[in-house]
Amino acid sequence: MTKATISLRRPDPYNPPKEHVELQAEAPISRVKLTDGRELWLLTRHEHVRAMLSDTRFSSDRRDPRHPSHSPYMSGHRQQLIEMDPPDHTQLRRSIVGEFTVTRLAAWRPRIQEIVDEAIDAMLAGPSEVDLVEALSLPVPSMVISEMLGVPYADHDFFQENSADFIRADTTPEERGAAYGRLKEYVAGLVQRKIESPGEDLLSRQLAAGMAPEEAVSVGFLLLIAGHETTANMISLSVATLLDKREHLQALRDDPQLTVGAVEELLRYFTIAEIGAARLATEDVEIGGVLVRAGEGVFGLTNTANRDATVFPEPDDIDFTRMARNHLAFGFGPHQCLGQNLARLELEIVLATVVRRIPTLRLAVPFDEIPFKENGPNYGVYELKVAW
Amino acid sequence: MRIIAQQDRCVGAGQCVLVDPEAFDQNDDDGTVIVLRPDPRTDAEIGRAREAVNVCPGRTLSLEP
Repeated sequence: MTKATISLRRPDPYNPPKEHVELQAEAPISRVKLTDGRELWLLTRHEHVRAMLSDTRFSSDRRDPRHPSHSPYMSGHRQQLIEMDPPDHTQLRRSIVGEFTVTRLAAWRPRIQEIVDEAIDAMLAGPSEVDLVEALSLPVPSMVISEMLGVPYADHDFFQENSADFIRADTTPEERGAAYGRLKEYVAGLVQRKIESPGEDLLSRQLAAGMAPEEAVSVGFLLLIAGHETTANMISLSVATLLDKREHLQALRDDPQLTVGAVEELLRYFTIAEIGAARLATEDVEIGGVLVRAGEGVFGLTNTANRDATVFPEPDDIDFTRMARNHLAFGFGPHQCLGQNLARLELEIVLATVVRRIPTLRLAVPFDEIPFKENGPNYGVYELKVAW
Repeated sequence: MRIIAQQDRCVGAGQCVLVDPEAFDQNDDDGTVIVLRPDPRTDAEIGRAREAVNVCPGRTLSLEP
């Protein structure tokens, strides 16, 4: 039995921490210590992580102090969808997931394309060197989710500034907390306005279908936060990779139809949600020959699971033709990311448009000087200076 | 071959639709799976059905001989 402290730091920006990869080979199911001293089980293989995440004997309810997840800004709040177990979870998820079906999302394609084109127009109209995070990665998902939730256009600036404050590196915990408060207050006000004058948007439809206002605030806030920084990080990491490993950029230029496969592969390769797969065993459960006892915390390392060579041959190679849809970048089981198909759509449109419209795009700083986000809940970059 | 869907397990992730939009769709209201073609016949159809079963996060789908 190995005892190690989990560190999420990726000294090599392209790969999971070496210790995690070694664990997968030597002790795929092991006891580890969190930095706060709590012990839990760490699963590193694809098969085991998948089994755990789809087994409802592992609870997502973080109100239990034995639950291994951390959510520093979420204390004292209403229980979120991502923290619920069936049957409450099933009921609430089903009421929202209809908004995110593959068909409903496909109808958003032209509007997302417009949003991406507008952001790139604005970028190209200014100086020929920008921070892509600010110019494209953050505004696109922010605009898309704002429109889905029915945030009036006039509020978009407020919304983007506060979300950026909530996410940025150089803000203090107090500033982040304040931005969080302003956003929550904003969503509460938005829900109130939707009650008084409903529109053609997700929140209005949920309220009309009988969702309680406080539930609508909780759902609105979750969708706002969850689909925002994650997608922004994937946009930045993907563009940075294409500009660094230019053979992949060329491949997309030669065959734009590869973009769908590229999105799937980059999702697998980066697996940016670092601590999403934390659960608490509610019963004794055997996984891979190891008995996890009721009350013990379990953490599924999706990151190494997605580099499991038994599932993804040559896992450290980027291969846009792999079409490995069975990756765990969006998790697995009943909590698998609700917005995953929206994320796929946004990424696909952004990558295809960037490749087509800015053929001379290049990194303005060496790849290894890009400030990568480490030790946070989501891997990504703080800033991505590009030029053309 | 027959595709079986246990609707009560479905989490509406739509992974089956991404794999094979001719075989699967989703209910507009709650996102649950609609099997459009429950009897895959060609090797390609059966291959896609197997993949849909594999990627289904709710373990909703199964394939019976």
